[in-house]
Amino acid sequence: MTDRYDALIIGAGHNGLVCAAYLAKGGQKVLVLERSEQVGGAAITREFAPGFKVSACAHILHMLQPKIVRELKLKTHGLNLNGPPIETISLAADGNKLTICRYNIEGAEVSDTDKVAYTRFIKRMERHARALAPQLLKTPLRLANAGFGNVIKLAGMGWDIRFGLGKKRMRDFLRIIGMNIHDLLDEVFESEALKGALALDAVLGTAMEPRMPGTVVTYLYRLAGGLKSIPTLPMGGMGSVTVALADAATSFGAEIRTAALVETVLLEGGCAVGVVFAGGEEVRAPTIISNADPKTTFLKLVGARNLEAGLAHRISNLRTSGRAAKLHMALNSLPDFTGLEQDALGNRLVIAPSRKYLEHAFNHSKYGEFSAAPAMEITIPSLADPSLAPAGKHVLSAIVQYAPYDLKGGWDAQKDTFVERVVDVISAYAPDFRDKITTVECLTPVDIEREFGMTGGHWHHGELAIDQMFMMRPTYGTAQYRTPIDGLYLCGAGAHPGGFVMGAAGHNAAQAIIAGDK
Amino acid sequence: MNKYDAIVIGAGHNGLTNAAYLAKSGLNVLIVERNPYIGGATVSRELYEGWTYTNCSYVSSLLRPEIYRDLNLARYGLQVVPFGGGATLTQSGDYLGSYTNHEVKRREFARHSLHDADAYERFSTDVMRYCRFIRPFLLRTPADPTSFKPKDLSELFFLGKNLYELGEEELYEFIRFFTMSVAEFLDQYFESELVKAALSGSGLIGTALGPYSPGTAYVLLHHYMGDIDGNVGAWGFARGGMGSLAKALAGALQEHGGELRTDAPVAQIRVRNGRTKGVVLESGEEIDAPIVVSNLDAKRTFLKIMDQKDLPDEVVERAQNFKIKGSSGKLNIALDGLPEFPQFPVGCPLIKGDLHITENFEQLERAYDDWKNGTWSKWPYVDMMIPTLTDPTMAPPGKHMMSVFVQYCPAKLADGDWTPDKREAFGQTVIDAIATFSPNFKDLILHTEVRTPHEIEAEVGLTAGNIFQGDLSFDQLMFNRPFPGYAQYRGPVKGMYMCGSTTHPGGGVMAAPGANAAREILADLGRENITPEDFGDD
Amino acid sequence: MRAQYDKEHFRKHSLPTPFYPRMAELSQDSSWHCWKGYLSADYFENVELEYFAIRNACSVMDLSPMSKYRIRGQDAEAFFDRMVTRDMSKLKPGRVGYSVWCNDQGKVVDDGTIFRFGEHDYRLCAYERQYEWLMISSAGFDVDITDETEGVAALSVQGPTSFAVLSKMGLSGIETLKPFGIVHFPYHGGKLMVSRTGFTGDLGYELWVGGSKALTLWDELFEAGKHYGIRAIGTHALDIARIEAGFIQAGDDFTPANHTIRKDHDRSPFELGLGWLVHLDKPNFTGRRALIREKEKGSRYRLVKLDIDGNKPAHASYIFHGRKKVAGVVTSAVWSPTCKQNIAFASLEVAIDDPLNDLWAEIYYQRELQWNRVWQRCRVHDEPFWSPPRRRATPPGLF
Repeated sequence: MTDRYDALIIGAGHNGLVCAAYLAKGGQKVLVLERSEQVGGAAITREFAPGFKVSACAHILHMLQPKIVRELKLKTHGLNLNGPPIETISLAADGNKLTICRYNIEGAEVSDTDKVAYTRFIKRMERHARALAPQLLKTPLRLANAGFGNVIKLAGMGWDIRFGLGKKRMRDFLRIIGMNIHDLLDEVFESEALKGALALDAVLGTAMEPRMPGTVVTYLYRLAGGLKSIPTLPMGGMGSVTVALADAATSFGAEIRTAALVETVLLEGGCAVGVVFAGGEEVRAPTIISNADPKTTFLKLVGARNLEAGLAHRISNLRTSGRAAKLHMALNSLPDFTGLEQDALGNRLVIAPSRKYLEHAFNHSKYGEFSAAPAMEITIPSLADPSLAPAGKHVLSAIVQYAPYDLKGGWDAQKDTFVERVVDVISAYAPDFRDKITTVECLTPVDIEREFGMTGGHWHHGELAIDQMFMMRPTYGTAQYRTPIDGLYLCGAGAHPGGFVMGAAGHNAAQAIIAGDK
Repeated sequence: MNKYDAIVIGAGHNGLTNAAYLAKSGLNVLIVERNPYIGGATVSRELYEGWTYTNCSYVSSLLRPEIYRDLNLARYGLQVVPFGGGATLTQSGDYLGSYTNHEVKRREFARHSLHDADAYERFSTDVMRYCRFIRPFLLRTPADPTSFKPKDLSELFFLGKNLYELGEEELYEFIRFFTMSVAEFLDQYFESELVKAALSGSGLIGTALGPYSPGTAYVLLHHYMGDIDGNVGAWGFARGGMGSLAKALAGALQEHGGELRTDAPVAQIRVRNGRTKGVVLESGEEIDAPIVVSNLDAKRTFLKIMDQKDLPDEVVERAQNFKIKGSSGKLNIALDGLPEFPQFPVGCPLIKGDLHITENFEQLERAYDDWKNGTWSKWPYVDMMIPTLTDPTMAPPGKHMMSVFVQYCPAKLADGDWTPDKREAFGQTVIDAIATFSPNFKDLILHTEVRTPHEIEAEVGLTAGNIFQGDLSFDQLMFNRPFPGYAQYRGPVKGMYMCGSTTHPGGGVMAAPGANAAREILADLGRENITPEDFGDD
Repeated sequence: MRAQYDKEHFRKHSLPTPFYPRMAELSQDSSWHCWKGYLSADYFENVELEYFAIRNACSVMDLSPMSKYRIRGQDAEAFFDRMVTRDMSKLKPGRVGYSVWCNDQGKVVDDGTIFRFGEHDYRLCAYERQYEWLMISSAGFDVDITDETEGVAALSVQGPTSFAVLSKMGLSGIETLKPFGIVHFPYHGGKLMVSRTGFTGDLGYELWVGGSKALTLWDELFEAGKHYGIRAIGTHALDIARIEAGFIQAGDDFTPANHTIRKDHDRSPFELGLGWLVHLDKPNFTGRRALIREKEKGSRYRLVKLDIDGNKPAHASYIFHGRKKVAGVVTSAVWSPTCKQNIAFASLEVAIDDPLNDLWAEIYYQRELQWNRVWQRCRVHDEPFWSPPRRRATPPGLF
C-alpha cells in the first residue's frame, strides 16, 4: 500500500482540525480520523433532550486565537462570532449581584476604592499577560543541550520580558507568578465577593483552589489567551467552531473520516508509519499526529512497551484527573434569578461568592468527594441563539466544580445526589429553578472520559500546573510537538499551551511539522 | 560611649552572626536585644527547675558549617550532636522507622513496600542532586534578575551555569520539583501511604501550606539541604540546647570586641536626610551609628521600628503584603521519666529521633484544612523529640524533656484572639494525640509550656510566630526575599540593612543571612570581605 | 509487595545468608562486609590461597546476596527486550545471557545475567537492587515480577576442577552443559539449578537452591570436592579473578545511573566497552535513542583494560597522555598472579577512535609508611587478560 497521505491526524477535535487546516494549507495531503460520527471532539454541539442542544464541554468562546480565525478564514467558513459580548455576573443569594466587565465592575457593595483598584489590577495583569501571550503561539524551547540557537532564543525571551515590562513590572511579574491568587487578591481588594469571582477564573477547570501557589499563573494564562478576543457564546454552540474548522480544513484539501476509531499507531523500526483501525484496516503516512491526550496517545495508541521506560513512567505520572463536571438542563422557561433582569441572563453567571466558598468546595475533592456546595460557571446559550431550544424553551449549561474523577464509591451510585446538590445550589439564587427543569444531563469526568476519550475526563488533557506547562507539557522530551517516536507528533491540549478552545496547540504543531519538513 | 560604627537590632542567631563578622572586620559594633536573654528563637531556658527547654528552634542541621568553622564556634562551646533514629507511628501499632544504617533503613522501608525501599534510593539521589545545586547559593547574595550591573550579571551567569550543569533532563525535573506539591513529588516515587506521609513532613514544617499545595516540595529540600559533618540531610541537637549556638556566636562577637546589650528594645531606627543615623530605644535613649542592621522580620522592621515617611511607598506596601503566616505551635514538656512507646521493640533506637503520628496525606491535609478554617488541627502533625536521650545536660538524670513542634496552629483564630483557655485546649489536643501512642505519657508530665504563634510573637518577636520570618514561597525566595529589588540585604534607606531569616536564604537556623548581610555591608564600606565561602562539592 | 521482615530486623545490620553457619566455621578472622544487607566474607583464611583455588582447583563463593528477580508472564521476552540493550529474542529457554540496561539517557543502570527458564519464565540476577526499575519498566507488559533474593541461595563453584566436583556429586548430564546453559536436577525433594556461568573467566558453574536446602548443598559439595582442592573463598579473591577476566563491577568501574548525582558521572555501554551488547537494530529499548545519538556524535569516555609496566598495582592512579595531560583514572587495579601482569581498568576521557599510545600511569605506593611515586607505561589490552580454553570446553576436562 503506498502512502496516499502525507499526514494522518488522530482526532478531529478543534486542535486536530486546526492542525489539519494549516498542514493542508501548506500543501500536505492530510487525513483526519475521528472516532465519532461528527467532528469536533469535545468542542461539539449536541442534542441532549429532544429539541435541546448544547455545547458539550466548554461553552464560552474566549480564547480562540484571532490569528487562527483570520488565517484559516473561519468566518467565511461559517463561524459566527457575532453573538452578543458577555460579561461576568457573580450571583449573590440576596440578589446583590456583582457585574464584572473587562475593565470595570458594578454592583454588590463594592467600594469605590475596589472599583478603581479593579481597573488598575486588570491593566496590570493584562500587561503581564502580554508578556506571556507571545509564548502561546510558539513551540516551547528546550532548555539545554540544544545548541547555541536555543540559548539565544532563551536569552531573547528574557530580554523580551525585561524590556517588554520594564524593571519595575518585571520585578512584579517575577514575584506574583510564584504566588497564589488568594493572597494576590488580598493585596489589592477589599470586597470578598469580588475576590471570590476573580479567584474562580484562576481555578476553573483545574484541580486547584485559590490558596494554592500557581493559581496566579493560571489566572494570567487565561488572560493571555483571551487578550485579543471578546468572550462570547458562539452561535450554534461550540460545535459551530469545529464545523467551521472542518470546513476550512476540507477547503484546503484535507480529508476527514468520521466513525474511524484508531486503535493503534502502526510502528515499524520504532517509527510511526500509519494507524490501525479497530477493524484491522491500516492507513499509512509518514507523519502521524495525535490530537488525543498524552496518556491515550502514548499508553494506548502507541503502547508503553513501545516507549522507553522513563518516558512511559513520566507519561503515566501525568496528573490528568479532572475535577469539573458539566451539567445540561432543559428548561421549559427562563428561571427567575433573584436580582437579575431577564436580559442579563445571557451573560456568564458564576457562583463563587467568596474564596472560602471555593476552598471549601475544593476540600471535598481532595478526599474523593464532590463539593457540598459547588462553584459554577453558568450560561443560558438559548437566549442569544434560540435555535438551541424549542421555541420559548431554554437550555442551561453549567461547569460545576468540584467533581473528582475518582469519586469514592463511584459516580454511578452518586450522580443523582450530585445533580440534586447542583440544583439546590442554583435554586438558592433562582428559587423557581427546580420547577423549570424538564431534563438533566450530567457529564462527570468519568462520562467525559468515556464520551470524548480524554483520560481522567480532564478538559485540558492534563492539569495546567507549572510542572506540566511550557517546555514541560505534557513532559519534557515531547514538549516541542515532536515525540521520541519518529514520525509521531502531538497536536492536542496535552501539548503546549494546553486546553481551552484556543487552537494554539494545533497551530503550533502544524508549524513545527512544516518547519521540520524543510 | 554612645556612638558605634554599626548597630545590629536583635540578638538572634543571624544578628549575632552579622555583628560578629562586622566586629571581626574591625568595626565598633553594638547589638541590642529587647529580651533579657539573647538568642531570639535559638534559645535555651530553664523554665522548670532542672530542665532546659529549647523552646523555639530545637534541632540543627542547616547552620552553615563554613560559619561554624570560621567563627570558631566550637571554641565558644558549640557542639552539634547527631541524634539518628526517628519514626512515624501508625494507629495500628506499626511504624516506619528511620534507622541510621543504610541496610536496616532499607529493610524498614521494605517492610512496608519493597518498591518503596528501592524507590527511596532514587528519591535520595534526586533530592541530593537538588541539595548540591542549592547549597552553593546559601552563602551568596541573590542576583537581581532585572539588573544589568556586572555583579548581578555575573551572579546570574553563575546561576545559569549551575543550572546547565544539572543536565537537561535533571534541569526539567528540578524546575518541576520547585513548583510541585510535596504530595505530587512523592507520588512519583512511592506507593505506601505511610512512606509518603513520613517523608512529606519536611515539606510542611513551618509553612502555611498542606501536602497538596504546590511549593511544598521545595520546603522539603529546605529541610534536607543541611548537614552534620558532611552527612547531608542529617539533623542534630546543639548540646545544652539551641541557646548554646547563640552563646557561642555571642562569644565570637565579644572576642572580636563587639558589645551586647540586653533589655534594650528599639523603638525606632532614626533616619535623617535619607540616611540612617542610629536607633532610639524604648527608654528614649539614642544611640548613634551610620549603619543599622535589622535582624527583625520585614514586617516588624518596616512597619514597627521605621517611620513610614522615611520609606518609599513601595516598600511600605510590600511590607504590608509580606506573607508571614503563623502555622506552628510548640510544646515543651518536662517528664518524670521516659515515656513508653510500646510499638517499639525493647532496645529499639528509633525513639532517639523525631517521632511523628501522621500516617497519610489525608490526615495532614485535614490538619491543614483546620488551619485554613481558623482553628488548630484536631489531629495535628507533630515533630516530637526527646533530646535528653542524646544530650544529658537537658534534665536531671533519669528525667526527660520532650520538645513537640506542632502543626497547624493559626496565629489568629476564627473565633477571636488566643486566650489562656484556648492555649490550654490546644496543648491538650496535642497531649491527647501523643498519649494515644504512649500509655504512660500523661502520668509523667511535670510541667508543660504551650506556645502558640501568639506566645512566639509576643516573646520572640517573630510576626505571627512564623519560624522562617516570612513564608518560604516562591514569591518570597531568592531575589524576591523579602521583596523584589531589596533582596541584597540593603534596605531602602542608606546605611540600613536587613540580616534576618526574612532575607535570602531564609530560616532554619542557617546563620547565612547574617553572614551574607555582613559581606554586603563590608563591600559598601570598601572593606575586605571576611565572610566565608562555600566549601563546595559535597 | 512487602518484604517479610519483622520489627526486630534492626538488631543486626547485615543478615546471615543460608550458608552462614558453614562460612562462620571457616572464617578465621571473622572478616565480613555488608553486601546488600547480607554478611559476605572478605576472605576465610588467605586471599592468595583462595585466589589460586579459582585458577588451580575449585573455589566456592556464596552468591546469595545477589539481587534476584523472577519475571514471568506472556510478555516476559518482550519486557526484557525493551528493558535491556541486547536482542533478547536470541536468548532461548535453558540459556543465560549477560546484558546491561540503561535509562532513557542511554546511561547504564546496571548489568546482570538473565536466566531464561522457559518460554515465559525468567530470572534476572543483578548487582544493584532493581525492583523499582523493573516495576517502572513493566508498564504495558503482562509480566509478574517477584523478588527472590531472600528465598534463593546460590553458590558460585569456579575453577578447573569444578566440573569434576559436580560430577562427583552425581549431577549427571552436567558434562554436556555448555557455557551459559542451564540444567535442573531434583534435589532432596526440591530442585537444584546449575548454570554454567561465573565471574572468574574460568571453567565454572553457579548452583541455585531454595534456602532450606542450602546447607545440604554446601555439605555435599565440600564432601564431593575434598579430593579436588575445594575451598571457600571471599570477595577479595574474586576481585582479582574478575579483573583478570575483564569483568567490570558496578560501583567500582562505573556508578549506576540511578545513583549518580553529578552530571556525566554515569556511563553509557559504549563508554564501558560494552558496545557489543547494544543492539541498535531493535526497534525499541530504553536508551536506544540516546545511544544512537551517542554513536553518531561519539562517546565522551571509554573504559580500557591496561597492562601496566612494573609490579605496583595502580590503585586510583591518574592515567596521563605522554606524562603530561590527564587522560583518565584507574577504576580497578591488581597484580595478576596468574598472568604475572600488572593489570587495571581505566576510564579515559578519550574519543572512541583516538589512538591510545603513550599512556602513563602515575602510581603511588607505600613502603614502611613512606609514599613513593613511579611513572609506568601502560598498554591497552583488547582481550581479557585471562581466558583459558577450558572455560569453553564441552565436555570440560576433569582437571
